[in-house]
Amino acid sequence: MARMKFLCDSKRCIECNGCVTACKNENEVEWGVNRRRVVTINDGEPGETSISVACMHCSDAPCMAVCPTDCFYQTDDGIVLHNKDLCIGCGYCLYACPFGAPQFPSDAAFGERGKMDKCTFCAGGPEEDNSPEEKAKYGANRIAEGKLPMCAEMCSTKALLAGDANEVSDIFRERVIYRGHNDGAWSMSEEDLAYDATQQKA
Amino acid sequence: MLRIKMPSILVLLITLLLSNTAYSTPSDAKVAGFAGADYWQVVKQGSEGRTQDKGSESGQLINVAGEEWRHWRNQWITPAGIFAIGGTLAILAIFYLLVGQKKLEQPRSGQLIERWKRLDRANHWTVAVLFIILAISGLSLLYGKFVLKNLLGNSMWADYMLLCKLAHNYLGPLFVLGLLFMILRWIKHNMFNRTDLIWFLKGGGIIGNAHPSAGYMNGGEKLWFWLLTIVGLIVCISGLVMDFQNFGQLRETMQISNLLHAAGSLLLIAASFGHIYIGTLGTEGALEGMKTGYVDETWAKQHHDLWYEEVTKKSHKDQ
Repeated sequence: MARMKFLCDSKRCIECNGCVTACKNENEVEWGVNRRRVVTINDGEPGETSISVACMHCSDAPCMAVCPTDCFYQTDDGIVLHNKDLCIGCGYCLYACPFGAPQFPSDAAFGERGKMDKCTFCAGGPEEDNSPEEKAKYGANRIAEGKLPMCAEMCSTKALLAGDANEVSDIFRERVIYRGHNDGAWSMSEEDLAYDATQQKA
Repeated sequence: MLRIKMPSILVLLITLLLSNTAYSTPSDAKVAGFAGADYWQVVKQGSEGRTQDKGSESGQLINVAGEEWRHWRNQWITPAGIFAIGGTLAILAIFYLLVGQKKLEQPRSGQLIERWKRLDRANHWTVAVLFIILAISGLSLLYGKFVLKNLLGNSMWADYMLLCKLAHNYLGPLFVLGLLFMILRWIKHNMFNRTDLIWFLKGGGIIGNAHPSAGYMNGGEKLWFWLLTIVGLIVCISGLVMDFQNFGQLRETMQISNLLHAAGSLLLIAASFGHIYIGTLGTEGALEGMKTGYVDETWAKQHHDLWYEEVTKKSHKDQ
């Protein structure tokens, strides 16, 4: 079995927000809800870096651990999905998630958030694969069709990688090696993981 | 091609020859800006970037506070609540079996004394009923998934939990109002004095035949009042912080609120068992006061002697 993962190569991401758009379009995500977002650190300064972030489908998912209704489940591929029929919109998953992945369609008084929505790795929900019910609640189920998430497939610079963790890390490792790091990016030394020989100055 | 390559090879050679240090520590400003260890450290500390997303805190890539919250909630408060509530129930059960009910020592006189006005009783029972509903729904939110989910089955479980959440979120603010009213109305009866100190030193006369003096409220009742006031207000305020997230509180505020709310309310639930026991099973004649508003003279003499003297003196004066 595969272990599905996202990886965003921060040296390739150009903050085009294509992944955000692809995701919204493919999954027909509600207004006001973004399953994926691009964050730029040091915007406009030297060393500006952008990263696309969504649900990271944690192995030990904090949302799963704190959900009062136990609405989350993990597929055999390690994708973290949730059952909207069980969700009561308490917001605990949002408290727990380090990535700010859970999103809510509403923000009214008395904790009226509506049902949580988040990235499904384009794997739908508990309903029958690619049924209209599944489509309406969770969006696309590309995994059932043997395809990868739309955000990564649409990434123009191939910064956002999605797929089996081994494949993804092989691709990234290869890139880093071509970038010229001494020990294939897995150094524990002070040297920068993203060390780039072509960028070095005398 | 050669034209481009030649200078870069030259640069490389010069780099290698001239600066051994530059090669071993490539952490000058240019490199540090890229996604290396320094970068991730800053990101993990929660530094915000720029994003097109309009959501709250969406500029933050990583927020580690949630992990701390999860740890405290799941590893400490969840089991501690079981111990507190289970322990209190066990102690009360053992106490009841060993000591039994505190009986009236004299036969009832049939003479009734007014103890609680209608408004007091209405206030007490409103707060009490809301407390029980909030306790059941709150405990379901914390512990339900370990027990009820398998018992009820998915669709009933979903309906029940939604009901719990709605009850909690909409009745909670009513409880706040009821509790505030109660605090303001009863605070004058609940100031600690010397009598209470002696009452506590004698263990409240809970075991044996000691009869420590007490006024309108005894030391134990005052303790319960102040527990409800202090812990209750913490629970109320933290609850409102979570209930009205529409004011844009950050996650960290709500995480702390949640911990205070859970710990405080579990403590109150455990303590409330003690209050309920003493007010019903534990003491003969105690419930009558809150039910009808009147208590028997004998009960008043036995449990609140100073108050009894006060009341009788006053009624003699009136005559």
